[in-house]
Amino acid sequence: MDMTQIDLMDVFPYAIDLVAVLLLALGIKGLSKVSSARSANGLAALAIGLAIVGLLVQLQPGSTAWIWIAAGTALGGLAGLITAQRVPMTAMPETVALFNGCGGMASLLVALGVALFQSSEPNLVSRISIVISVFVGAITFSGSIVAMAKLQGWLDTPAWTQSSLRHGVNLALAILCLVGAIGLPIEPSGWALWVLLAASTLLGIGVTLPIGGADMPVVISLLNSYSGVAAAAAGFVVGSQLLIVAGAMVGAAGLILTQVMCTAMNRSLVSVLFGGALGATSGGSGGASETGYTRITSCSAEECAMALEQAERVVFVPGYGLAVAQAQHSLRELSKLLEAHGVEVSYAIHPVAGRMPGHMNVLLAEADVPYEQLLEMDTINPEFPRTDVVIVLGANDVVNPDAKSDPTSPLYGMPVLEVDQARQVFVVKRSLGAGYAGIANALFELPQTAMVFGDAKAVLNGLLTELRSMGVGKTSVGSAPKATT
Amino acid sequence: MSSLSEALWVLLLGSLLGLELIGKVPPTLHTPLMSGANAISGITVLASLTLIAQANDNQALLLLGALSLGFALYNLVGGFLVTDRMLAMFSRKSKSNSKANPGGT
Repeated sequence: MDMTQIDLMDVFPYAIDLVAVLLLALGIKGLSKVSSARSANGLAALAIGLAIVGLLVQLQPGSTAWIWIAAGTALGGLAGLITAQRVPMTAMPETVALFNGCGGMASLLVALGVALFQSSEPNLVSRISIVISVFVGAITFSGSIVAMAKLQGWLDTPAWTQSSLRHGVNLALAILCLVGAIGLPIEPSGWALWVLLAASTLLGIGVTLPIGGADMPVVISLLNSYSGVAAAAAGFVVGSQLLIVAGAMVGAAGLILTQVMCTAMNRSLVSVLFGGALGATSGGSGGASETGYTRITSCSAEECAMALEQAERVVFVPGYGLAVAQAQHSLRELSKLLEAHGVEVSYAIHPVAGRMPGHMNVLLAEADVPYEQLLEMDTINPEFPRTDVVIVLGANDVVNPDAKSDPTSPLYGMPVLEVDQARQVFVVKRSLGAGYAGIANALFELPQTAMVFGDAKAVLNGLLTELRSMGVGKTSVGSAPKATT
Repeated sequence: MSSLSEALWVLLLGSLLGLELIGKVPPTLHTPLMSGANAISGITVLASLTLIAQANDNQALLLLGALSLGFALYNLVGGFLVTDRMLAMFSRKSKSNSKANPGGT
């Protein structure tokens, strides 16, 4: 009777679990600071690796089980590796949505397996956990896949989803879910399971489909929180405390992150979820969105290049349009040319610039823009009055001065970049169409503003050509010395 | 049912911890944080592994377990790697700048 040996084997998995939870908590915490984010991400990965090893030691899977584990690992691991390496940075919102949907699917499959095939009868707790796992897992999966498809442009917002009809449909689906949820614990593998599964899947689609592309990041963040809940529920199903605590942490942290994003976008979670797509109707009636502007000045790339050539201080405001046109590399090239000419260049980054909050920082980092040139809103706003030229690239609502001055504007109260304070503003835009909020932008009609119509990338390349033909950047004469120190 | 009440305590404390962990996030990190948190929810692999190990050679359970393991690992591996790819670009920038600055003056 080797007692110490037995004790050690009993304690070992708990010790590993505790270390894993600790590392995971430190990982999540570290991810919210720039200096520690990368190592924190590694720490979280290490924590889960540890947890997996601990669990395998504890479970001692048989040889058949190992074959299936190897198969699943090879498939999922390899696909994850390839996706993570290949996916372009501009496609980050839909990538996160796809990953997230798969996490939901995993919880759903575990619950299905236990409900349908487990030889031992599940007790009441795991029956209720199965309900939660199926419900949340299915919503997370179908909702994330719809979000991904919309972000990829594979799915449009169908017109019926913008009418109040959708609330009726979703309510009916929710009632069906409830029926399934009540029926399932009575007989886990009966009809109620399939009702719950089908209704939750459809509900995930029905709730996500009406939401417009610009609000999608909030939805993904919320679905991310759900997948944490789904993981915690799966933890109850299989009786894993580590899974419960990790799922709960992700679920709660995801909720906070969702709230942070909503604040940055000046949207309330309720209006994102139930308000329908902002400005979704303007897509259908192209003419309507162009009315209302009377004092628009448009100019050519050449005029814009001349203003840039004479400027001492230039600020770029990159936005969604720049991300869509994938023009960040052209922008970097242009700013290098201007810097060589002695112009002081910086970038004003609104918190929600890009296709999701924080996305523009990633894109510009990818294009090798020095980190300290990326100025956040609070830093750059006092600098605009002494800025000669501002170039707005595919941003719209985040530079709308009405947000500060017009209490009747739907944007009123949203923190914006005060580009109207600068001496000269060029707005690069494809057309006069409204931003995602469907609101006219008073900036476009200001006397110091000129519109440069065109695709962001094409315009930037045009500016590059113009500036080079003027001889800018070739010989760094002129005002160059002042910028070097 | 002490195990249930224990599990509920774990759920409660885990949620409270999660609420506290993310306080003030700089906007720069919203995208990586979201992607990193998303990767952590791939921890469902633990449930998939448990399902497989306790399947007792039930083919249907093994198949569902392996499928679920694949999906969860896709989330986990893909999520962590893509987050690292993003964060690596941030840190690469600060390094190249500290090199460039002394060269410029």
